[in-house]
Amino acid sequence: MTLFNNKNLSPSQSDLVLLWILRGFALLTGIIVVLITAFLLLEALPVLQQVGWLRFVSDPSWHPVQGFYNLMPMLWGSLLVTLGAVILAAPLGIGSAIFCQYYAPPFFSGFYRQLINLLAGIPSVVYGFWGLVVLVPLIGKLQPPGTSLLAGIAILTLMILPTIALTAEASFSEVPTEYFQGAAALGISRWATIRSVVLPATKSGLFTGLILGTGRAIGETMAVLMVCGNVVQTPTSIFDPIRTLTANIALEMAYATGNHRSALFVSGLLLMVAIAILVAVAEGMSRRNIYG
Amino acid sequence: MAIALTIGLGIQACNQSSPIDNQTSDRFQGRLVLTGSSTVAPLAAEIGKRFESEHPDVRVDVQTGGSSRGIADARNGVADIGMVSRSLKEEEADLQSFAIASDGIGMIVHQENPVNSLSNQAIIDIYTGKINNWQQVGGKNAPITVVNKAEGRSTLELFLDYFKLENSQVKSSVVIGDNQQGIKTVEGNPNAIGYVSIGTAEFSINDSIPIKLLPLNGIAATSENVQNETFPLSRPLNLVTKTQPQGLDKAFIEFAQSPQVHDIVQQQEFVPISK
Amino acid sequence: MGEKSKNQISLPTFIVWAIALSVTAVFCWILGDILWHGVGQLSWEFLTTEPRNAGREGGIAPILISTCLILAVCLAVSLPLSVGTAVLLAEFTTTESRFGRLVRRSLDVLAGVPSIVFGLFGNAFFSIKLGLGFSILSGGLTLACMVLPILIRSAEEGFRAVPTEYRLGAAALGLSRTTTLWKLLLPAATPGLVVGLVLGIGRAIAETAALIFTSGYVDRMPESLLDSGRSLSIHIFDLSMNVAGGDANAYASALVLLILLLLVNGMATWIAQFWLARRIKS
Repeated sequence: MTLFNNKNLSPSQSDLVLLWILRGFALLTGIIVVLITAFLLLEALPVLQQVGWLRFVSDPSWHPVQGFYNLMPMLWGSLLVTLGAVILAAPLGIGSAIFCQYYAPPFFSGFYRQLINLLAGIPSVVYGFWGLVVLVPLIGKLQPPGTSLLAGIAILTLMILPTIALTAEASFSEVPTEYFQGAAALGISRWATIRSVVLPATKSGLFTGLILGTGRAIGETMAVLMVCGNVVQTPTSIFDPIRTLTANIALEMAYATGNHRSALFVSGLLLMVAIAILVAVAEGMSRRNIYG
Repeated sequence: MAIALTIGLGIQACNQSSPIDNQTSDRFQGRLVLTGSSTVAPLAAEIGKRFESEHPDVRVDVQTGGSSRGIADARNGVADIGMVSRSLKEEEADLQSFAIASDGIGMIVHQENPVNSLSNQAIIDIYTGKINNWQQVGGKNAPITVVNKAEGRSTLELFLDYFKLENSQVKSSVVIGDNQQGIKTVEGNPNAIGYVSIGTAEFSINDSIPIKLLPLNGIAATSENVQNETFPLSRPLNLVTKTQPQGLDKAFIEFAQSPQVHDIVQQQEFVPISK
Repeated sequence: MGEKSKNQISLPTFIVWAIALSVTAVFCWILGDILWHGVGQLSWEFLTTEPRNAGREGGIAPILISTCLILAVCLAVSLPLSVGTAVLLAEFTTTESRFGRLVRRSLDVLAGVPSIVFGLFGNAFFSIKLGLGFSILSGGLTLACMVLPILIRSAEEGFRAVPTEYRLGAAALGLSRTTTLWKLLLPAATPGLVVGLVLGIGRAIAETAALIFTSGYVDRMPESLLDSGRSLSIHIFDLSMNVAGGDANAYASALVLLILLLLVNGMATWIAQFWLARRIKS
C-alpha cells in the first residue's frame, strides 16, 4: 500500500512541491520513451510505406539489397536465445542469491557478492571475445561450426546472471528478520523457510530481476553477434547458427543505405513490439500474485 | 599565394556553415571532423595525429560508423570529410573521392588445412554449397565451414563481384562483421574458409596465429602483389568530400596522400598508393 | 539461523552450493583469462600515457579520463531522475493505477531496446538535433537514457520493500511526507538503490554500441565535456575487433576497466552506507 495516496491526511505545502517535482521527473522519463519510439518509427517509415508490413513476414528471405525483407527467422532467433538464457539464468541467479544470503559462510558471501558485482560490469565485447575464442571452438568440437544458438544462450546466461542475482539478493535482504525468527520458533528447516516464506515474500523483486534480465538478454548486441554465427535461418537444433534482430542491426547498419537502412530500423521496431507483448503477457499472468 | 589566399578566404566567408579554418596567416587552425568506415578510422586517426603535430592549432576528430555514414555525413555537412572503404558508386558521383591507401582481399583457411590452393570454380562451388566437404578439393574428410561477410559490407560486395555471385546464392555457416572476427573464427575452426583484408591476415600470421592465405587465380595474396596491382581482388580506401576541398580540408587530404604518411599506412597494414 | 540438525547435507544445500561453486568457477575462468593476458601489459606507464599506433602501443590515459567523465555525466543526470520517478511510482501511485502501469510497462520496453538503437537515437537527438556533436556530454546523456529502466525499477523495488509500518508510524507522529521520505524511506530503501546503482554503473561502463555514435572514437585527452572522447569499452572493442595485434592491450584495458568498476562500485556502496548511517542517527 502507499500511504502517500491516503486522502484522509491533508498534504502540507512542501509535500505538494515535492509531488510536482517528482511528477516532472516522471514526465521527463516518459518523454525519453516517447522520443525513442518516435525516432524508430520515423526512421522505419519510408520502407514501411513503400513495401508495407506484410513483406517483413512473407518474403522468402532476408536479402535487403536485392529487395527481400523477411525478418521472422531473426525474430525467432532473438526469442529463442533469450528464452534459453532466462531459463538457465533464473535458477542460477536466484540460487546464487540464496547461497549468498543464507548458506554461504560470511567471508565467502562477501567475496561472492563482489564477484557478481564485477560480472555485471564486464563489457559485452569481453564476454563475446571469450565466447568466440574459448566457447565456440569447444562447441565446434562437438558439432561444427560451433557458432550457434547454444553458444549464444551460454554467453547470455552469464551476462544476465548478475542482474537476476543482485536484484534477488536485494529483495532477500529486505525480508524482515521476524519472519525467520517466527519460522525458527516453529522448527521449520532452513530450506523450507526459504521456499515457503522468503520466496513468496520476495516475488515482486524476483519478477523485476527477471524482467530486467530478459530485457538485457533480448537487447544484447555485441556478444551475440560474435558467438551466434549470424546466419539468417530458423534454427532446427541448438547447434544451428542463428542471427538475432539486434545483431542484424549492428552487422548491417554501418553499410546500409536507403530502404536497407530503413528496414534495419524496422528490426528495432519489431523487437520493441515483441518486448511490449512479452511484458504485457508477463504482467497479465502475474498481476494478481506479484504486486501485493 | 596571396591571391590564392584571398580567394580561399572569400569562399570561406560565403560558406559560413563550415566551422573550420579562419586562417589569418598560413597557419591552419580549427577542427576537422572525419566520419565513416571503421576500417579506415585507425589509419585516419594516426594520420590525424601526425598532422596535428605539424599544425599544433588543428584538431582532427576521427569518428566511426561505417562507409554509408561517411557518405551521408560528408553529403549533409555533419562531417568535413567522409571515410569510405570502397570505390564510390554511380549514385555517389556528386562527391569527390581521394584514395589514401589500398587493401587486398584474400581467402584464408586454418594452418592445419592441407589444401594449399583452390581454383576460382572451387571457391564458387564451396560458397554456393555444391562442395561441402574438404575431401572434394583434396583435403581431409571434414565438412566445410563457410565464413561470409554481412550484407552491405564492401569486402562482401567486392568478393561477390569478383566471383560473379549473388549474396542469396551463398550458403554460409557463419556470417561475420569485422576482419578480426573472421580471423578469430578461422583460427578457432580448422575446417573454416573465409576472406579478409590481406594486410590484417599477414600481420596475424606474423603474430603466429594459425591461419594461412590462399593464392587467388594462381597469384599469391601478398601486399606486394596488391601494390603492383597484379592481385585481382583489392579496394581503395577513400576520403570523400562534398565539394572540391579548400583550405584545411585540402591540406589534410594532400597530407594523407603524400609519401610522408606511407610509413603509417604500412604500419596500419594497408598498402600505400604508388603514384 | 541454519543450525543443521542432521549430519547429512540436504539436497537443497547441495544444489545451492553446487550453483555457487560452478558460477564462481566459470567466472574465475573468464576473470583469470583477462588477468593472465592483461597483467603483463599493465604498468604505471600504461595508465599515464597516450595510445600510439592505433592503440597497439602506448597507454590509455585519455581514454580513462573520458570514461570517468562519461560515467559522471550519466550518473549526474540519471540518478536524481530515476530516484524521483521511483518515489512517484512506489509511494504516490498504487500498483493498480493506470498511470503507474503505463510508466512501468514503458520502462520494461525501454529496458529491452538494443543499445545500438540508443546509440543511433543519441546521435540523431543529442549530437545533431541539440547540436552537442560527438561529445562526452552526448555520450553521457545517451547512457543516462539507457540505464534509467534499471535504476528506476531497482529503486522502486527498494521502496516497495520498506514495511508499511514505517509509513503508518511516521504519519502517526505527524511527520510531513517530505520528511518521511527523506528521513525514513530513502535510507530504508538503500539496498534497492545500491543494487540499481551497481547494475547501472556496470551497464554504463561496459557499453560499446551506444557510445560509438555519441561520445565517439577520438583518443585525445578531452579538454571539455563538448570534446569527443573514446571510452574504455570502445577502445577494447576497437583493439580486439578492428586492429590486428591489439589483443594484448585489449586485455590490459579490460583489466583496467574491471579495476575501475571495483573502485566505483566500492565507492557507491560506501557512500550509500555512510549516508544511511547518518540518516538513521540524526
